[in-house]
Amino acid sequence: MSIPQQSLFASDPGTARRRAAEARFRAYGLGAVLVGVAALLLLLSSVLSSGLGAFWQTRIHIPVTLAGAALDPLGGRDPAAMRKVTTIAYGKVIEAALRDAIAQAGIELPLTDAEIAAMLSKEAPAQLRNKVLADPALVDGTIEVSLLANGRIDGYLKGRVTMDSAQLDRNVTPQQLLLADRMLARGMLSRDLNPGFLTAPDASDLRPEAAGLGVAILGSAYMMLIVLGLALPIGVASSIYLEEFAPRNRWTDLIEVNIANLAAVPSIVFGVLGLAIFINFAGLPQSAPIVGGLVLTLMTLPTIIIATRAALKSVPPSIRDAALGVGASRMQAVFHHVLPLAAPGILTGAIIGLAQALGETAPLLLIGMVAFVREFPAAPPEGFFDPAPALPAQIYNWTQRADPAFVERAWGAIIVLLGFLLVMNAAAILLRRRFERRW
Amino acid sequence: MSCIRQTASILAILAVSAGAAAARDQVQVAGSSTVLPYATIVAEIFGESAGFPTPVVESGGSSAGLKKFCEGVGENTVDIANASRRIKDSEIEACRAAGVADIIEVQFGYDGIVFASDIGGNAFAFTPADWYRGLAAQVIVDGKLVTNPATSWDQVNPDLPAQPIMAFIPGTKHGTREVFDLNVIERGCKDSGAEQALAALVGDDAAKTCTTLRTDGRAVEIDGDYTETLSRIDSNKEGIGVFGLSFYENNASKLQVATMNGVTPSTETIASGEYPVSRPLFFYVKKAHIGVIPGLKDYAELFVSDEIAGPGGPLAEYGLVPDPELAKAQAVVADETALD
Repeated sequence: MSIPQQSLFASDPGTARRRAAEARFRAYGLGAVLVGVAALLLLLSSVLSSGLGAFWQTRIHIPVTLAGAALDPLGGRDPAAMRKVTTIAYGKVIEAALRDAIAQAGIELPLTDAEIAAMLSKEAPAQLRNKVLADPALVDGTIEVSLLANGRIDGYLKGRVTMDSAQLDRNVTPQQLLLADRMLARGMLSRDLNPGFLTAPDASDLRPEAAGLGVAILGSAYMMLIVLGLALPIGVASSIYLEEFAPRNRWTDLIEVNIANLAAVPSIVFGVLGLAIFINFAGLPQSAPIVGGLVLTLMTLPTIIIATRAALKSVPPSIRDAALGVGASRMQAVFHHVLPLAAPGILTGAIIGLAQALGETAPLLLIGMVAFVREFPAAPPEGFFDPAPALPAQIYNWTQRADPAFVERAWGAIIVLLGFLLVMNAAAILLRRRFERRW
Repeated sequence: MSCIRQTASILAILAVSAGAAAARDQVQVAGSSTVLPYATIVAEIFGESAGFPTPVVESGGSSAGLKKFCEGVGENTVDIANASRRIKDSEIEACRAAGVADIIEVQFGYDGIVFASDIGGNAFAFTPADWYRGLAAQVIVDGKLVTNPATSWDQVNPDLPAQPIMAFIPGTKHGTREVFDLNVIERGCKDSGAEQALAALVGDDAAKTCTTLRTDGRAVEIDGDYTETLSRIDSNKEGIGVFGLSFYENNASKLQVATMNGVTPSTETIASGEYPVSRPLFFYVKKAHIGVIPGLKDYAELFVSDEIAGPGGPLAEYGLVPDPELAKAQAVVADETALD
């Protein structure tokens, strides 16, 4: 066998080919990563640019004189009696105050009373009513209030409504936009942070400016509590049994295969199951977090079981052997040694399962979680049975509304949901990094 | 699997025992997505000023709502079903079979159906006959039934602009589609004289041939809601979409509306009957729940009151065409008159 005569410094054709192939593969890989990153950036930037506006809201600041004759006709300052005064009376008070304020500021535009009244949100009278009912002593005084502006005026400040579109729009006139400009210049109108987006309940199609995520966030939180309270103990107990105690036979194999299958079942199936079992058979209330939580528990269980079993498996047998060797029972070995070592993995799995459940919409569609709910649910445990929507269901709901102002709010709700998911996933990574032990 | 099933049943039992304590104090409504915005507006005002909790309103379509409504009597069933069409006899029977004997039917107004295209495009003045000729699967040419050859609107009516035919119509699961088929396509079939000619050609199948729409991609069925139709028109500027009047009025800066038989759709022309494409809207109240669920009757009364559903009220402001015979609806609610 003769060795070919060749310089060590010049590569032969075969080597060159292999090196080129490697370079090409690296380029493909880099390209794939770049495509992924670009898609993510595109998604994030479109979500942020469309949705950030929802966190700011236009408000009108005017002094309002609260005439006792209109708001407390009995004169006793008794909140129970004052509750009888409806928002219509408050609406008249506010409209008069706004007209006065505009006249005081010296703004002269050919506007009808109705047009001036329409500068304000239909929610404004309710805002003022709540304020007065909370503090009846305000009656017969003059207070400075910040009231929500109409959604179209808000849209004008955010660039969604323009002079051109107002010409065509039945809901707003160019004169109103001119008035908004003048009021803005005089500081009677401003765009401020909008905490109501996170705390207020949903609102009807006539008041997009007042719609918030408060009830939906609470509904989602209740569901997550139920999922955590049920799926974690059940999932961990069944994994420990299957991994540490159960005999290896055909039955446990069957169970194992089915758990893996269950993890891959489309989530809508759990919704159908929930409707049939929990609502139609067990008679649980519609639109309640308890049903949503139970359905999502079923959906999350396989994820948690699989993650927990993987975490238990990764604890080396020598730990168990050592514990048994010094006389521990099998239960002591598991609970004193194996479980604590597997805990970070279990928690990570549980958090990722929860995050999955938080973003899940499909099963909720079937059990009435896509509903218009304005009442806040009570504190748990009664609150679990009160109607409440969930965050993803609220997003779905808002994308179907006719008023374009709801599109911005739907995107804003997506930002909130993404924020929650980010925090949960970051917590999972942090837990793994800090506490996971490698052998 | 068996362990999952076991846990599920244990969960269900636990939940039932806990659920027994909870009683419902708010009205629950389900049904048509067309009625949903009106129902939420009323619910909001009701919760704000009537001293009762705000009703919970679900959507999902008239049929789904009526099905839920007819599941039976009791706290776990809905109190009111919204519908964009009248309840069917089969549904009344299903209701009765489940123990829902007395159903109060309330007609509270009309919904206009409009045809709109992109604001920057051509203006259209349609007649039902144009829509029939443009969208029917088969039309009569020279005495023979052939596959619809029309590709642009000026071919079906020389007065229309030369714009390719591309229509976004509601899918068959929508109540709107029924109205579209009946008031536009069938009417057009009659008006254009095609029905008589078809009767001579195909006999009894004439009515069916009338309303069978072309499936070559020029009539696109939208199964989602109006927001989807709007985004289709956004991306395809030559398309013409079918919308509810209220949806159009909320998006009037993006859409221009076509006239039908020379009439521009508005709450006034629909109420007077001049504009031909509209339908009544209903809600159905479970009589057995009145007096059991607090605020149920009050909600129904507020819904049909003059301040809410009358001209100039918040529902009309959103796009509802007020019912000229609203007093009838008020009487039905006040007397709790059930269907026979």
